[in-house]
Amino acid sequence: MIPAIFVFTYLVIVLYIGIFAFRRSAHREEAEDYFLAGRSLGPYVFLFSLFGTNMTAFAILGSSGHAFNNGIVTFGLMASSSALIIPLSLFLIGTRVWALGKKYGFITPVQMFRDRWECSHIGTVIFVVQAAFLIPYIIIGVMGGGTALSAISGGRVPFWFGGALVAMVVMSYVFFGGMRGTAWVNTFQTVLFLSFGAIALVVIGIGMGGFHQSAEALLGSPATAPLLTRERISPLFFFSYTFIPLSSIAFPHITIFCLTARKMNQFKKTVILYPFCMLALWMPCVFLGVMANRMNDVPQIQEKIEARRALAIEGPSLTPDERDALREKMVADDVLLLLLDRYAPIWLAGLLGAGIMAAVMASDSQILALSTMFTEDVFAFYGGKKRFGEAAQVHTGRLFIVLITIVAYAVALRAPQNIFDLAVQYAFSGYAALAPLLVAALFWKRSTKWGALASTVWAALSVAAVAVFQYLVPAPAPGPPVVMWSIAGVEVLSRTPGGTAVFGLMPVVPMTIISALLLIAVSLRTAKPDATTLKRYFPGSR
Amino acid sequence: MVADKFGQTRSNSAKLAVKRALLLIIVGGLYILHQDFWFWRAARPLVFGFIPIGLFYHGCYTVATAIVMWLLVKHAWPSHLEEGAGDERGVDGATGRGAPPRPIPPPSVAANREGTEK
Repeated sequence: MIPAIFVFTYLVIVLYIGIFAFRRSAHREEAEDYFLAGRSLGPYVFLFSLFGTNMTAFAILGSSGHAFNNGIVTFGLMASSSALIIPLSLFLIGTRVWALGKKYGFITPVQMFRDRWECSHIGTVIFVVQAAFLIPYIIIGVMGGGTALSAISGGRVPFWFGGALVAMVVMSYVFFGGMRGTAWVNTFQTVLFLSFGAIALVVIGIGMGGFHQSAEALLGSPATAPLLTRERISPLFFFSYTFIPLSSIAFPHITIFCLTARKMNQFKKTVILYPFCMLALWMPCVFLGVMANRMNDVPQIQEKIEARRALAIEGPSLTPDERDALREKMVADDVLLLLLDRYAPIWLAGLLGAGIMAAVMASDSQILALSTMFTEDVFAFYGGKKRFGEAAQVHTGRLFIVLITIVAYAVALRAPQNIFDLAVQYAFSGYAALAPLLVAALFWKRSTKWGALASTVWAALSVAAVAVFQYLVPAPAPGPPVVMWSIAGVEVLSRTPGGTAVFGLMPVVPMTIISALLLIAVSLRTAKPDATTLKRYFPGSR
Repeated sequence: MVADKFGQTRSNSAKLAVKRALLLIIVGGLYILHQDFWFWRAARPLVFGFIPIGLFYHGCYTVATAIVMWLLVKHAWPSHLEEGAGDERGVDGATGRGAPPRPIPPPSVAANREGTEK
């Protein structure tokens, strides 16, 4: 129970930071101050907060759980590709969004799209799709909170209570502190969970008597040796994953966050140091996740390994429901917590548990972003601000935060799918398919609102299609995929054990490419925005 | 004199173009290097006795991305974007104190702020 006490103390601290931010805010009834911290964040708060915003429960719990079952490939799939794509997108897109936001007062990406493409209701469609993709991401936070608190307390705190407590704390500091409170809490959290990785690695390494023997033992067993290579993953699948980080800049909470920097120079440190932050957090989590396969003496881990073995050997002869039951048992999002429980002294396990909670609670920015989008893109845009005033707009934002939290919590209680799948299949792929919108708005003069609409509708439909497909066609046992459609021997559409494959690629690749092609094709066939609008966005061009 | 100046400008433009092309090649090369098929099936050597080579490679790759980002920031920073962005507002970054003057909204945002739908 001592680790849980550390975590509760941590929750009180972040709550206090949020309330402190509220008290320090001189213009708390102004939308720009509440939603963007008055565009005033300094370089380190900007770096740590942006990084913390990008890292969710997925970063610590999901990554180690994925590495436990899939091996070292997890780092190459998500961490090293993100270390390239995310800073690059901040460099190319984030800086431009910042400049336009500063110049024209944009608070949300939809405001920019409406102005850039001279549209109104199409902007609302973009808002709806962005919001629909964001909600699963918020649910991850609540689920992660429940899982983490339950595991840290050794099962004494039930999932429903842990999730409710985390959701309540997050809601409170976002409610009071707005962007300033969220950024400060995120900075504190990021420092905490970046320290977590190194400390956990050392403590668990000492506890295991060094990693050399464990690594050799894993290599010595035919069941675990592939976890130290990538032989079970196809190169096409690995390549596909590099499209996923495109989602980062298209996530509204990241685009909105780009508007909070005081100066454009604030991006410099973030762009350069972001890869190091990825390394510091992901490398220990992935490595420890793989090493956890050596903990045969922990019953929970033994059970997961056994379920994995049964699925691999008996999978083809089992029913889809039986396979799903085994997959449920294989979910390893609590594996790091089990390692800490086994090897760390109890007080340190508590401290590290707080570090895990720090990553888990990154849903704050998404909740704030959704509230910002609703109040700016819907409430203010459709006349609410004029009728009720700016203070009412901020109050509406706060009310919306409460509503989102309640809905996310209710869904989290019923959603059985593991954190990693939920995030990747719905939110990440959907936003990656929306990334062409930002690129077109900022770099392509000829792009139009109809092109943007086509791209947005495609992103929504394709995500829905993948979800329906995976619901209707049960996941096969580990091994070759179930081919649903092939042309001349080429596999076009397949159901894989982990999801869907299109020409052997993850769906995110065709989703993003077709989204971009649709945007181009429809834009070229429709009227471009007015010359005066284009001149404001492309002042140097003819 | 004018011809010299013109020639110098052309030379600077050419240098800039070469620099940009080089940076583009470096970034493209880095993207390709992510697909390290050469370590696909290899776990050994275990670097420091315990890190599989494939994982170590991607750790090094991550450090290399930081170096490339530094190059981009140093040689291709889009400083022109700051012109007219009004970042000389002098707000305290830590506290946000000192209300910044509002930026001038474009016509469509101004209309929205008045609650007028286009």
